[in-house]
Amino acid sequence: MAGSGAAHLNTSKLNLGVLRDYYRRSFLECIDKCKGSKALVWDDGLTGPFGLIAEASMLKEHHEVERMFRLQSSGLPTSQVQNIIFIVRPRLNLMETIAQCLLSEEVKGSHVRKEFYLLFVPRHSLLCEKKLKELGVYGSFSSVDAFNLGLIPFDSDLLSMEMDESYRECYLENDFTCMFFAAQSLMILQALYGTIPYISGKGDCAKQVVEMMRRMKIETGGVEPQITPQIDNLLILDRNVDLLTPLLSQLTYEGLIDEIFNIKNTNVKLPPEKFLTAEEKKNTKDEALTEPKKFILNSADELYAELRDKNFNAVGSIVSRKAKTITAEFDERHAAKTVGEMKQFVSKLPHLQAARSSLGIHTSIAELIKEVTDSDEFLDSLRCQQELTHGLETDKVNPYIEDCIARMEPLCKVLRLVCIQSLCNDGLKPKVLEYYKREIIQTYGFEHLVTLSNLEKTGFLRLHSTRFYQTIRKTLKLIVEEVNEQNPNDIAYVYSGYAPLSVRLAQYLARPGWRSITEVLNILPGPKVEEVQQIPMGLRKRRASVTSSQSSMGEQKLTLVFFLGGVTQAEVAALRFLAQQDDANSGVPQEYVVATTRIITGNSLMEELIEGAQRYHPDGGSVH
Amino acid sequence: MATADWNPLGEVYYRKCDFYTMEWAGVVDISKHIVAVSTYGGPIALMKDESKTGRVVTNLKPVIGIYTAAGKVQSQIRWNSGNVVTIGWSSTEELLCIQEDGVVLVYDMFLTFQRTFGMGQEAKDVKILSAKIFPTVQGSGIAVMTTSFRIFLISNVDSPRIVRLAEVPGLNEAPSCWAIVVTDRQVRALVAKGEELFLVDQGGQYQQQQPDLDENSGPITLMAVSFNSKYMALFTQQGFIWIGTADLQKKYCEFNTKSTKLPDQLVWCGNGAVVGLWDKLLLVIGPDKDWIRYNMDTPVHLVQEEDGLRIIGNETHEFLQKVPTMTEDIFKIGSLKPGAILYEASKEFQNGNQKADEYIRMIKEKLDEAVNQCILAAGHEIEPSKQRMLLRAASFGKCFLTDYRPEAFVNMCQMLRVLNQVRHHTVAIPLTYTQLEHLSMPVLIDRLVLRKLFGLAVKICQYLKVPDNEGRSRIMAHWASFKVQQREDEEKLARAISQKLLDVPGVSFSEIAGVALKQGKKQLAIKLLDYEARASEQVPLLLEIGQDQAALTKAIDSGDTDLVYTVLLHLKDKQQNPGDFFMMIRSMPIALSLYIQYCRQQNLKIVEDLYYQEDNSSDEGNCKVTRSYLLDHVEERVKLLEDAMNCFHRCKNDFASKQTDEQIRLLRHQRKLEDETGHTYADLSLQKTLYKLTIDGNHQYVEKLRKEFKVPDRRFWIMKIYALAEVQEWGEMEKLSKTKKAPVGIEMFIDACMKERNVGEARKYLPRVPPELKVKCLIRLRMFREAAEAALENKSEDDFEYVLSRLGLADRQVAEQIRGMRGQFGARK
Repeated sequence: MAGSGAAHLNTSKLNLGVLRDYYRRSFLECIDKCKGSKALVWDDGLTGPFGLIAEASMLKEHHEVERMFRLQSSGLPTSQVQNIIFIVRPRLNLMETIAQCLLSEEVKGSHVRKEFYLLFVPRHSLLCEKKLKELGVYGSFSSVDAFNLGLIPFDSDLLSMEMDESYRECYLENDFTCMFFAAQSLMILQALYGTIPYISGKGDCAKQVVEMMRRMKIETGGVEPQITPQIDNLLILDRNVDLLTPLLSQLTYEGLIDEIFNIKNTNVKLPPEKFLTAEEKKNTKDEALTEPKKFILNSADELYAELRDKNFNAVGSIVSRKAKTITAEFDERHAAKTVGEMKQFVSKLPHLQAARSSLGIHTSIAELIKEVTDSDEFLDSLRCQQELTHGLETDKVNPYIEDCIARMEPLCKVLRLVCIQSLCNDGLKPKVLEYYKREIIQTYGFEHLVTLSNLEKTGFLRLHSTRFYQTIRKTLKLIVEEVNEQNPNDIAYVYSGYAPLSVRLAQYLARPGWRSITEVLNILPGPKVEEVQQIPMGLRKRRASVTSSQSSMGEQKLTLVFFLGGVTQAEVAALRFLAQQDDANSGVPQEYVVATTRIITGNSLMEELIEGAQRYHPDGGSVH
Repeated sequence: MATADWNPLGEVYYRKCDFYTMEWAGVVDISKHIVAVSTYGGPIALMKDESKTGRVVTNLKPVIGIYTAAGKVQSQIRWNSGNVVTIGWSSTEELLCIQEDGVVLVYDMFLTFQRTFGMGQEAKDVKILSAKIFPTVQGSGIAVMTTSFRIFLISNVDSPRIVRLAEVPGLNEAPSCWAIVVTDRQVRALVAKGEELFLVDQGGQYQQQQPDLDENSGPITLMAVSFNSKYMALFTQQGFIWIGTADLQKKYCEFNTKSTKLPDQLVWCGNGAVVGLWDKLLLVIGPDKDWIRYNMDTPVHLVQEEDGLRIIGNETHEFLQKVPTMTEDIFKIGSLKPGAILYEASKEFQNGNQKADEYIRMIKEKLDEAVNQCILAAGHEIEPSKQRMLLRAASFGKCFLTDYRPEAFVNMCQMLRVLNQVRHHTVAIPLTYTQLEHLSMPVLIDRLVLRKLFGLAVKICQYLKVPDNEGRSRIMAHWASFKVQQREDEEKLARAISQKLLDVPGVSFSEIAGVALKQGKKQLAIKLLDYEARASEQVPLLLEIGQDQAALTKAIDSGDTDLVYTVLLHLKDKQQNPGDFFMMIRSMPIALSLYIQYCRQQNLKIVEDLYYQEDNSSDEGNCKVTRSYLLDHVEERVKLLEDAMNCFHRCKNDFASKQTDEQIRLLRHQRKLEDETGHTYADLSLQKTLYKLTIDGNHQYVEKLRKEFKVPDRRFWIMKIYALAEVQEWGEMEKLSKTKKAPVGIEMFIDACMKERNVGEARKYLPRVPPELKVKCLIRLRMFREAAEAALENKSEDDFEYVLSRLGLADRQVAEQIRGMRGQFGARK
């Protein structure tokens, strides 16, 4: 039942298509429960994720879904369907919108008797149901169900729960709901891919998740999935263990696209000018030009799969090399003399054409990015970040940051830089911190008094304390001076010289083991978790016999790295890079699958913590 | 001889075999009782029938006794309710006692009262004549006929819903007989009114039926529906037995018994023959008018089963069945079926006779068929010795087959082991293989549990490797539920149960605790709940018992926030005094922060109050700050901010309180400015206010604010330069640049001009750029060649590299030229 457009999920060692099919099946079961024609009413936040598991066309053709609406307070468009299914996240403001829709339907009346259904994603919420009762519409639903959509497969090695404010909820508000969901999704993964024998983790939330998993395992009553484990290790990392990495500017191709244009559920919207042919430009009217153009970014696109994790400085040369090969292949048609050769060429043609169009797209995207990366703002900021991570003059007010504030550059950028400085200096001197805070409040507004307080609560900003950063930096070799951006030999290439701490932890875990970095692990916040889950004898992997000559080669070990509170594309790229390294002396090659509560950038992380009145206006902002 | 007890009935054979010698022999005379037997080898219920004893009817209420199929008494009670019309068993082995007022009392097989329900007002008012219990798709149904000759029925005793059937036209005396016919989920009644037959249904319709009966047969006096509800037998006053399909459309035969005496019982043996019972005479009649006659030693009671007939007498419990085809193939004298020959071969082999080989050769081609026949035939034998012989034959035959799959053989061995166990007289469930197949193993295990044979049930599950959650765990949970009902010390019970169950995964302790609670054993319930692994089950029950604190702790431990909210909202509703509620949750940070989250979504003000109660002035202040932005009037906002300032004061956050103070002043200034100028300044930051004022040309006020708020010089200058550039005040800007001791470099002016894309203005400042910044400024002006030259002049390799790195923005031709200059650079050096 592997649906169309999901073939790229099956390419890695762990077939995530299985997970997608599982979700797809359960979702279809949910909506097939109501018989007859139906309209789905979507919470905006869910259309993206659902697009990845069940295509609209499939729903329309096979499951009597005649209409799809957006959930909005203006009510539902008129339709002749028998069933209306609301598909929403359990958020109180959405309940109000639903109530408005239902009430306006009542006023409208209709000769067709409609049935209403409510489907919560990922699960029921007492508070929401209570709210619906208060609003007097709970009784209108024929059924209220839940569809447990947890980790959504984004790519063959990437899963995300896309929980908007997971970092804020966990680390600021002490609300561990999304940790519970994370634990639940890990249980689903284990049900599909077998119990994961080894679990390691670092951080308070990681510990909590592991404990919840243990509890859930007991709750299932000892029913172990009867599958040979396909995942060998699980590494759970708190975002709080490494706050620095996501603040830095990502320098991989995909990371930059995300930083500049925001990738949402593998989709990105780009300004259209670059993507039109000359003719199209002539023919289309001006309005059409302002409509952003949407692209899907995943490994189904061969060229993108190759480019995404490269340092942006290496992208240009790959693109031009690709251009040459494609042109050469097109030229083969001139060389084709015989009918057979011609036929062979024609059979290659669709593939070639796809490659050429993809090449065109990525050339344009790269140009768009280059406009930004060539700007002074970008380069100066990068230089400033590098100075800070190197620990240069981090204990004084940084003149560049000062000027950024004076020039009223975007708040996120300023906050990122100040936080980087605080993290690289193990906190700021009281005078420096106060100066920054005052500058920010006077420039960006008094409401950010609360924003700054949020940053202090979560540890992004703090007063000076014991010097640890230097130790961590040196032990884990976070700063790598000689980086080869074209043909990297270390993960530091993703930040042009800075190796993400989180990924270093994963790297050390695989080899030589965490015992070698005990000191650093003790410095980093939160407890260390190590857990072994017993695998029944019959399900254990058969080890190659010791005498066998191939035993030294070993089988690839698959590690699932779960980032609680978010992961950046650059970190994902670094893990992919590790997977590709076949170290001759390492013995056991590693493969990684990344899971997270949300894919973040420094900006989106800061936005979670920025306080403003819009958070509390009804219908405003993304919060609850 | 294996065929010694076989009797031919037309082309097939019937055999009668012994199940048990009854333990009640000499004590019980079943002819003096109303007998009800549960199908599938179920227990026997006996109720003294006063009409049969012939004694003077006394006021003494009858005794109801439950016996196992082997006649061992299980329990007895003296009936102390109304007059019982009928007793019978439901499909889940519950005893249904139907009283003449239509009240049905339900007991388990240990005669523990379960529940009761009625058959409706009319039945209650006019009393009922007779009642029938019948199997349905959902379970068991009950039909009653009232003294007004109306039939009421329910089709599932587990959820009784009374339906009235249509009236039989002109029925003014009791019908000679009636029966319930179940077809395709529809339950109808067949009522005989003299020689006429009527089929009445739930929709109020009646149909007269015309079975093809001999005209001399007379009124129909007895009816029997076969076990699978497909066939029907009718007995008429003149002694005819009509055999046909249940819809009466097809007649198989009409048999003249030449007896006008009404049989005591008319039943089906399996689905292939009808059996009539007259006292001790048993007459088996086949569909082709063949018959067999048995004389019984004692009075008996007949029980229809799926594949035969149980004959329960005072001394024995026997089973009459059609000889299964497989068995017939093997044992029939002169049979040449492969199975028969394999069986012979196996016997010869055991005798050490070479004929064995000869026989095997005979059936070499069909050996697998022979093995299958022997396996299946073994299943149909009751006696273990015969089973063994047949299995041995199968096993022998298997030796000659190379790729025979062993599952069938293994499964049969396992099934037979289980069957022999449950047939043993201590358990006394005389199931046949066919019945077990239909009943299914899980149901059999349930039935063992119902008999409280927990140990045996667990052993069977373990033997069959039934997963724990379906087998052992489930049984142990039943055991525990049974255990908590015992009158024992609660402490002891808790210990006994936990000891047994702790290593059994997946036992629902909350269910057991629920049972304990129903028994009023609260302490036991609390103790048991402590073992419950699933918080979602445990927490609601804890709340029910009033263990609020425990419920909250468990909910928090589970990590399931929805569960925590369940408890929190429950507690909030319950506590009269919000203070008490707050006291309870404040010791639990997670509960508190979740509650704050909840309040935050309702109303920020409540959150403030919470922080206030918690003495968390810092967050209280933050909350007030945020809320101030939701207010419209400046003075309201100021008031709230003043409160916030106090909060910050309390927690000694001088910085925050100073900032709040400044914000209050800024708000007032903005208000004043709006009044004076009509421009909006509300909600602008200080810097943006200054910027806007500069653009508006209100330099006086700018200075005022600058002084009051101590804006750092550099930031102020930068603000001013960019603001002047935006409004194209180039003159003002230049004047500014000539101020002595300017806190900003000249490059800032260039940048401001470039931001407004004014290259001309920007160039004016170029000469004043210090040499070390020259290259950078030239690049900002996109003057790449000049930048490169300047770098050469400065002899600065770094600068040149910088120029090279920025060539991406340059014109291609210029870029080429500059790259060319690189060599020059090297030469000069």
